Amino acid sequence: MLEAEVYVTLKKTVADPQGLTVKHALESLGYKDIEQVRMGKLVRMKLKSQDTQKAKKEVAEMCKKLLSNPIIEEYSFKITEA
Amino acid sequence: MKFGVIVFPGSNCDHDCFYVIKDVLKQQVQYIWHKGINLSGFDCILLPGGFSYGDYLRTGAIAKFSPVMKAIEDFAKKGKTVIGICNGFQILLEAGLLPGAMMRNKGLHFICKYVYLNTENNNTRFTSACKKNQVLKIPIAHNEGNYYIDQKGLEDLKKNKQIIFRYSNADGAISDEANPNGAIYNIAGIVNKQGNVLGMMPHPERSSEKELLSEDGFLIFKSMLTWLKQNK
Repeated sequence: MLEAEVYVTLKKTVADPQGLTVKHALESLGYKDIEQVRMGKLVRMKLKSQDTQKAKKEVAEMCKKLLSNPIIEEYSFKITEA
Repeated sequence: MKFGVIVFPGSNCDHDCFYVIKDVLKQQVQYIWHKGINLSGFDCILLPGGFSYGDYLRTGAIAKFSPVMKAIEDFAKKGKTVIGICNGFQILLEAGLLPGAMMRNKGLHFICKYVYLNTENNNTRFTSACKKNQVLKIPIAHNEGNYYIDQKGLEDLKKNKQIIFRYSNADGAISDEANPNGAIYNIAGIVNKQGNVLGMMPHPERSSEKELLSEDGFLIFKSMLTWLKQNK
């Protein structure tokens, strides 16, 4: 079985108020060395397929069709043996 | 005229829209379950507010794959009238029937309050009953109303006069202070290039009777009805 981990984050050009708020909260806890915080989503999927190449193609499609909105978000993923 | 109100799992402004069309606008109206695929006989389709599919993943992201959306796309392609309010606007964006995307409010809060809108373009089937730059008092109620579009897209919206409503103060002045959610260029409502699909975050159905402190939202229903009658 294969496992896919998909990361969806806001594009670098898009402001992330949530990340900014978390950064402020961390700073108020005393962590002063934070340059930037960007929030995102993690989607973890177990795949029935054994074919890594096919899985890569399909997961990329899933990202484009549903898991991310290409207008504001970008995605990356990795596929590993479960 | 016959209006259809789409009902997704999680829609919650469908009854308000239905009520305004039936009892205030005094027109025929019918609910359409999101699995419906036949929109023949309808003159106008309304996508109401709410939390379709619990807003899971992104607002409107799952609803765009409901069977009725293909029918709405065909309906819109024929130049027929489609209006999406709040979650309905978010769904139209996700479905690509309107350009841009919705992000979480800048202040990270769910905002439910009356706001003022400057009617940027009253030369549409949705705003013909408004005066140019008329200020409308209409409530918003959303967590993801922070409209985003890239610079090129924004220029296109301006050039084609697709920006219909902008958040303003009571005098119609546009400013950051009057912008409740961080929407780019204070955008509260836009139409597609053809001008037959409107998306707006504020709720006209919640401001269509004097008991609700504002009847300004009714101007939008009135405009649509006038247009539909003239173009039947």
